[in-house]
Amino acid sequence: MGKIRIFSAKKIITMNPNQPETTHVAVREGRILSTGTLEELAIWDDYTLDETFHNKILIPGLVEGHAHVMAGALWRHVYCGYFDRADPDGNMWQGSKTIADVIELLQVAESKLKYPALPLAGWQFDPIYMDNQRVTRSDLDQVSATRPVGVLHASGHILNVNSKALELADLLRPGINHPGIPLDKDGLPTGELYGPDAIGPVSKYVGFDRASMEGDADALRAFGKICVRSGVTTITDLAARITEESVDKMLEVTEHPTFPARIVPLRIFMGASAKDTIDLVLSLKERSTDQLRLGRIKAVADGSIQGFSARMRWPGYFNGAPNGLWYTLPEQLGELYRLALANGVQVHTHTNGDEATEMALDTLAPALNEVPSVDHRFTLQHCQLADAAQFRRMRNMKMCVNLFANHHFYWGDEHYRLTVGPERARRMNACRTALEMGVPMAIHSDAPITPLAPLFTAWCAVNRLTLSGRVQGDGEKISIQDALYAITLGAAYTLHLDGEIGSVEIGKKADFAVLEQDPIDIGGANIKDIEIWGTVQGGRVFQAKKL
Amino acid sequence: MNLAGLGIPVTVLSGYLGAGKTTLVNHLLRNADGQKLAVLVNEFGALPIDKDLIEAADDEVISIAGGCICCSFGSDLSAALSQLSAMNQPIDHILIEASGVARPEAIMWSVGLVSGVLPDGIVILADAETIQKAARDKYMSDTILAQLQAADLLILNKIDLVTEEEVRVTSSWLALQNENAPIIPITYGKVERDIVLGHCVQRIYAKGAHQDAAGPSTLTLLPKHNIDVLELAQTLAKDYPNIARAKGFATNKSGEKILIQVVGSRYSTSIVSKELPDGIVCLGLGETLRKRHFKRLLHLLKI
Ligand SMILES: [Zn+2]
Repeated sequence: MGKIRIFSAKKIITMNPNQPETTHVAVREGRILSTGTLEELAIWDDYTLDETFHNKILIPGLVEGHAHVMAGALWRHVYCGYFDRADPDGNMWQGSKTIADVIELLQVAESKLKYPALPLAGWQFDPIYMDNQRVTRSDLDQVSATRPVGVLHASGHILNVNSKALELADLLRPGINHPGIPLDKDGLPTGELYGPDAIGPVSKYVGFDRASMEGDADALRAFGKICVRSGVTTITDLAARITEESVDKMLEVTEHPTFPARIVPLRIFMGASAKDTIDLVLSLKERSTDQLRLGRIKAVADGSIQGFSARMRWPGYFNGAPNGLWYTLPEQLGELYRLALANGVQVHTHTNGDEATEMALDTLAPALNEVPSVDHRFTLQHCQLADAAQFRRMRNMKMCVNLFANHHFYWGDEHYRLTVGPERARRMNACRTALEMGVPMAIHSDAPITPLAPLFTAWCAVNRLTLSGRVQGDGEKISIQDALYAITLGAAYTLHLDGEIGSVEIGKKADFAVLEQDPIDIGGANIKDIEIWGTVQGGRVFQAKKL
Repeated sequence: MNLAGLGIPVTVLSGYLGAGKTTLVNHLLRNADGQKLAVLVNEFGALPIDKDLIEAADDEVISIAGGCICCSFGSDLSAALSQLSAMNQPIDHILIEASGVARPEAIMWSVGLVSGVLPDGIVILADAETIQKAARDKYMSDTILAQLQAADLLILNKIDLVTEEEVRVTSSWLALQNENAPIIPITYGKVERDIVLGHCVQRIYAKGAHQDAAGPSTLTLLPKHNIDVLELAQTLAKDYPNIARAKGFATNKSGEKILIQVVGSRYSTSIVSKELPDGIVCLGLGETLRKRHFKRLLHLLKI
């Protein structure tokens, strides 16, 4: 039996209604032995008192229910975003406010590269905030004429490349005929690539290869560091192409004594039949450890709203764009649902548009009639446009939802004037409706699409402010308590992990987020500004500054 | 057939779940007749190859009797196409089996970006019994209609399961969705290989202008002068709906050798550098193609 370590804190917010607040928590073997006053805890056995947190606030380790390891991988490329952002090592990268800033940033990075053939890639470029100015290959040729250069937009739907990159992909020639590849007056591509079909053949030449998009060992380590900086102790890698071999690598990284997060990878349903996918995750599940939780599946029903590839119900897109794309056939999804229910495998389904949500509901209903399940917790991910009736159906089918609250801030204004129009923009990511209808709910960042920071995500759900400062959908705001629940127990529930994590109470993992300010005292308007000291994960202390 | 060094022709085959893509692909593989066919599928689970055709199989490639192969391309179609075009064992034709949610024209645009391969045609398969119902599906309607509209050739499968009257009604409904694509009625996925893959051009060399007894109705045009090749291609594609395919070579007015390809209403012309005899093979639908049907064309060709 291990030693007892008692942490004292200015305040511990437990999320346990029987004892909402306390000051001490005893930890043994990586788990919470007990919470209470020092006198109560001292009765257990000999202990050491750790006062590192005597002036800090402890809350349950935060749970991010929708992120991607790619959030760690992208930092090996140049950050070209509009907003200031900290990298995994804590260096603050200033946002680029003009095209010239981006070019200069890339030029500096280029000058540091050794070998002439090395590619150079930037990411998170966002000309939406720069009057949508276009960037062509002649702009990026200023960065380098000899090495391939590419800049991926924040939306992920556009890639700008230089002449060398086009040349390597054999696209710097006349006669290209593709709607996603505009041509210059000279008949050659401009270097702007729109949509995955146009981006795909070029991206690997600028450095966005499979390892950097899906994540390798280094990416996973960087991902772990980002978790500590944002107070996260358990996180999903939603939609990974997991194989028996990639699990070897993940185990090696996550089993290391200094790895600070519990990773929950979901196998994407793509490129293999429903049966093969179920068989694979069932065998992977056997290999789960405390820090690596395998055995779940993510399916993708449609595309994205800002990319106009989400499937919309009547009356469709506000700007008249044609309806989006299905990524999985209803029949295939139905087969997956039936087999998954029969085998006790959980499925999360990406639905962005409300027609995709409707399709998932219509597909799960008959599967549940065929294979009744008492506690499946099938979860709709994003589910951004669901209305009250759809939330009621989710409740009736005992489903969960994980809403994309960060959208209000980053794309709320776009949604208002372009994609879905004012009324649906106000009901997007309807957290209040979900809770009132009784649907277990989480909220997420979809990192790297938006930065990993559950306290920021909570702020979005509480305030619903857009970038321009408008409140969008006052009626769908939730309380700070509900938001804190969503980023702890709420997210844990969607992963069947609420018995192990998500609150500070006896028997659970010793997972805490260590904060400098009290989220309740500081109030909903400022919750995003709370400084995060670090985390405790499985009883081990991780200080962000010392990573 | 990479005859003129222009790249391996690529056909995109799609159609809604249950339209009979698997049977059709197996039929083509069984009747490849010496042609080296590569079938690209998104996933193996979706397209079972008949067991007796399989010689060897690993995670990514199934080797099939007669030198054909079947590969899964996962998320990187262009890489798979580049690999196929660079293979030591030359491939004559690539058939991409697109999933039921695919936009076939988008796949064809991607094919057009890869060097070493050449877009051929989009072939869409429809189940005579269920296509109209499927096209009214609450969720898939617009996807299915868009696939039908993207077709260069429409294959109406399983006509044995419906009455002749129903075949007529469904055919005219299909013609309403896509007025340009020839409609080819078949049973059990048994379609003429040459109509789907367009290897007819070799007949110019192998058999001259002879009519195959069993195959589709054919007609070989042998231009004797330099002609307006673009006008010929357009005429074949737009004015003769009973020509499903045409392929061959002609010399244009500036003396350049041009490859003409017609798949239904789609046509393309490309300059070739090789010296090849002129001749265009046309494959017809239904009644026999006869020279008197082609008066305007023959006038154009000054034959
Ligand atoms: Zn995601």
